[in-house]
Amino acid sequence: MNSKNIAPDIISSSILDVDAIRADFPILRQKIHGKPLVYLDNAATAQKPEQVIKTLDNYYREYNANIHRGIHTLSQKATEAYEGARVKVQHFINASSIKEIIFVRGTTEGINLVAQSYGRTRLKRGDEIIISEMEHHSNIVPWQLLCEQTGAVLKVIPMNDAGELIMEEFEKLLGKKTRLVSVGHISNALGTINPIEKIIKMSHAYNAVALIDGAQAAPHMAIDVQALDCDFYAFSGHKLFGPTGIGVVYGKQSLLEDMPPYQGGGDMIKMVTLEKTLFNDLPYKFEAGTPHIAGVIGLGAAIDYVSDIGLENIAAYEHGLTDYAISAASGVTGLKLIGTARDKASILSFIMDGIHPHDIGTILDQEGIAIRTGHHCAMPVMEHFHVPATARASFAFYNKREEVDQLMTALEKCKEVFK
Amino acid sequence: MFDLKDLYQEVIVDHNRSPRNFGKMDNADRVAEGFNPICGDRLNLYLKLDDGRIADVSFDGSGCAISTASASLMTDELKGKSIVEAETMFNNFHQLLTDDKPHDIQRVEHLGKLAALLGVKHYPTRVKCATLCWHTLHSALEDNKTPVSTE
Repeated sequence: MNSKNIAPDIISSSILDVDAIRADFPILRQKIHGKPLVYLDNAATAQKPEQVIKTLDNYYREYNANIHRGIHTLSQKATEAYEGARVKVQHFINASSIKEIIFVRGTTEGINLVAQSYGRTRLKRGDEIIISEMEHHSNIVPWQLLCEQTGAVLKVIPMNDAGELIMEEFEKLLGKKTRLVSVGHISNALGTINPIEKIIKMSHAYNAVALIDGAQAAPHMAIDVQALDCDFYAFSGHKLFGPTGIGVVYGKQSLLEDMPPYQGGGDMIKMVTLEKTLFNDLPYKFEAGTPHIAGVIGLGAAIDYVSDIGLENIAAYEHGLTDYAISAASGVTGLKLIGTARDKASILSFIMDGIHPHDIGTILDQEGIAIRTGHHCAMPVMEHFHVPATARASFAFYNKREEVDQLMTALEKCKEVFK
Repeated sequence: MFDLKDLYQEVIVDHNRSPRNFGKMDNADRVAEGFNPICGDRLNLYLKLDDGRIADVSFDGSGCAISTASASLMTDELKGKSIVEAETMFNNFHQLLTDDKPHDIQRVEHLGKLAALLGVKHYPTRVKCATLCWHTLHSALEDNKTPVSTE
């Protein structure tokens, strides 16, 4: 689709049939405190379309069985659906093989898997890991743990006051000792889209592997791991309109082959004697125990759903909506945006003069508007901006401009309460 | 329906805007730290004790309107109270905010100005904001060195 010559507001109002989309999401029909629900907490978790809910329901009603081991019909059906979802994920992120798609509980577990399986065997005392100042705790703590275990050292790319990574500083941090670079694709606290193509390229120039935390990116933009050339990419199903408790970590086959299993158990073995175990092939080597079968199949349905709408269309629509929200927010006196990067997606993080974010959250909830308030599991980001917390509205493709207007009206009401 | 005005009463808005007894106390006998890890609210409480009584009390830190107003109102009420009286107030306040029973007029009257905070009861996620300062007080009175957490 070529949308470059069309004004963003025209694109965003016509590119998606938002009313038809909203009809797919039963939860959006309800009222909260007597007002229609305005759900703007999508960065925390996204709502689920009927198609996903029905897929889960159908699995449990019609073909619930364990996978990979049963000879009976239901087990075969469940295995087919489970492995079918793996192929969907492969195409969704354009991985070169299903062997590179490992199902985990979520982004957090994906990062921990890489830290413990790749990091613990490859890193030694004095080696360096680079993350950034705007990471979610799940892309900080696993590396701190790994540093404690191996004696590796954690380095941090600083950001400027717009919430953009300072690439010159990144360049300075890279060196002979750099082994691994792990950064977020999109910041959950600021909405910044990081220049990961560049980061990956620069990391590779120093023979370091690059992991991308894609938790916030997967629902909002098309991902192509081969074009990115990232070594690992992790994302969560529940932010992608799928079930909770399921996520994916992609890894290049050449790296995964040499990594030891993350956990031991059933399904990840070829043969076990009491003395020795022969591990299973990829990707099963990394999937010990009965997995979240329903979750995987549900994630497949979610991927079908967003793919039908089209990630390019979603990105274009949300870009227009975010721009609209930023401009509306600039009209609210006393409101200050936290995170004003030039490249920004679907997240509006802000504070207001004299009103604490929690009070904003409570007042907005009374208006039926759901936002997140707090430190967003990114306390170093809060520290950078010298705030204890922010209020965060985050959008999905089912959100409308009217809802942005309702948010702004409710923010004016907050000011009334504290007048 | 419960109205926002019942939560953010004038007293609360006022104590949030200009909190009483706000600031570090240099010669405090007891200092305790409290925080609410989910919200990031932080509070330090300073006590000066004199023969089993709270001679002076102050607080600092950052928090929402409910947590700031609650600490401000609490410090106002505590001055001159005995440690036993302070603990009784804590129990009374905590119970009124957390139990399911309808409010007993006598207990509410006993709360004095603190009664302004009872609206919080209708906002379960905010009860921790109102009780943070009291848990911190309890810790200070017990001379507990580890920070109090609401989780």
